[in-house]
Amino acid sequence: MELVKLLGILIVIIGFALKWDSILTIMLAAVVTAVIAGMDPILFLQTLGKSFVSNRNMLISVVIFLLTGTLERNGLKDAAKSLMERMKNASAGLILGVYGIFRVIFAAFNVSFGGVAGFVKPVVLPMAEAADEAAGHSLSAKHHDELKGMAAGMENVAWFFGQVLFVGTSGMLLVQGTMSDLGYTVALPQLAAIQIPVAIVAVAVTTIYYFLLDRKLCRHDDLKGFPKGAVAEGSTAKEAK
Amino acid sequence: MSILEFIQSSNITLSEKLLEIVYVIIGLVCIYAAMRNLRDQTNEKRIGTAIFWGVLGLLFIIGRWIPSEVAGGLVIVMVLPPIFKQVGAGKDTMKPSEHEMHEGFQALGSRIFIPAFSIGVVALLFALFTSISSLVGITVGVFIGMIILAMMRPKANGPRVFLEDSRRMLDIVGPLVMLPTLLAILGATFTAAGVGDVISDLVGAVIPQGNLVIGIVVYCVGMALFTMIMGNAFAAITVMTVGIGAPFVLSLGADPTIVGSLALTCGYCGTLMTPMAANFNIVPVAILEMDDEYGVIKKQIVPALIMLAFQIALMISLVVL
Repeated sequence: MELVKLLGILIVIIGFALKWDSILTIMLAAVVTAVIAGMDPILFLQTLGKSFVSNRNMLISVVIFLLTGTLERNGLKDAAKSLMERMKNASAGLILGVYGIFRVIFAAFNVSFGGVAGFVKPVVLPMAEAADEAAGHSLSAKHHDELKGMAAGMENVAWFFGQVLFVGTSGMLLVQGTMSDLGYTVALPQLAAIQIPVAIVAVAVTTIYYFLLDRKLCRHDDLKGFPKGAVAEGSTAKEAK
Repeated sequence: MSILEFIQSSNITLSEKLLEIVYVIIGLVCIYAAMRNLRDQTNEKRIGTAIFWGVLGLLFIIGRWIPSEVAGGLVIVMVLPPIFKQVGAGKDTMKPSEHEMHEGFQALGSRIFIPAFSIGVVALLFALFTSISSLVGITVGVFIGMIILAMMRPKANGPRVFLEDSRRMLDIVGPLVMLPTLLAILGATFTAAGVGDVISDLVGAVIPQGNLVIGIVVYCVGMALFTMIMGNAFAAITVMTVGIGAPFVLSLGADPTIVGSLALTCGYCGTLMTPMAANFNIVPVAILEMDDEYGVIKKQIVPALIMLAFQIALMISLVVL
């Protein structure tokens, strides 16, 4: 029965879904598939060796590591922070949108500032919260929580769609390798070029959505008893906490 | 072919020769990490760690010149330490302190972006103006960035700092750096074993072959769903492309560049919607101290669905119309 050949795929699905060790899962799936297809061991080793050698390009990130760690050491995060802080008079939704644009552009050059732990929590989120408070809204606990979700969401959206603009990102190298196994030749700059409109739409859509969501939450907060103008009380209360 | 013949041969492009040098550099960085870990008394798993990085580095340098079955054997040797959880890192004594980073910022300010952008800019220039691989461009960009950074603060950024920092990065990422490569190997094994034919027979029984629009919709939605199940678009793309992309979209003459590129980001839409991608969707909940475990995913569903629809429409309009 031909269906048994799909066992390798089943192993991958189960392995990733159950959080088995990724490397074990993949190697197991490869070995099982080779055994079922009746490949002899030498041929299997040859397939393994050949595809490793022809896919060495996917580890280009190792070369990039030569620079990224030392950039961090020289204050890259502080520099990014001071760039973001030039944003004034915006709502939280807009701040997140600006961060999205900023993140996409830097991602296209494969520059990262430390993700949620390193940049969103210490820099972006406090800026967003401060922006709404400066506009006279006292944020409810729910609003705070929703803003955290949005900040992490913008981080992910912008990073995912920005990263693919970098010529030589591992995802596109994998696409190139997969296509080449199937007999199609595709070039990295073209693979990246198609993603330009996608990245623009992704950040625009997410910004508009978060902007509207944040505005709705602000109105909700104002109705809930913290009217505009109660800034002083609101901020004192926050400091006291 | 011997190494000398390789260098002298006019049949081999300059790009290919330069790329081989890039691989030697990668190999040396890995071997440096292996040696450092081997001598690191604070690393409890130093033997396994050294085997992993050492064999990886060796494969990069000599992989092309040895028989492929030997290379295959070395790949097996290399994956054994991570499978048996024998790869780890010692005490990170080189971690930059807040003070050190702040000092760097005081000295450099926004000028730090010049070396930061050099990788992308040089890669782009290589892609636009030469026929040399973009990966060579990236490597040149990295070295230019290193030189600029070293010239701006010569005392703080000696050669050893760069080497140690890259070793740190390798230790942080660990064996997962191999994931895309291993998935590509798996894809090659699937293709060699004829797995794609079986899937396309199965899918062919459900959807009509020869209808490009239906093929694209099934491929893109399939990428998103499959990624949601596995939590990883890289794992999904090999299987989905071999099984559905090739027979139902590419064989009908669709442009593989457009199809392949957008399929990957359709998968990313799946990543945004699944708790399986814990690194992106669940870990931030803990970092940001949120009450709702799915608070991040909930904010990503609307953008992800809109982007999936947008990309399907884009692929159809670029390929079919």
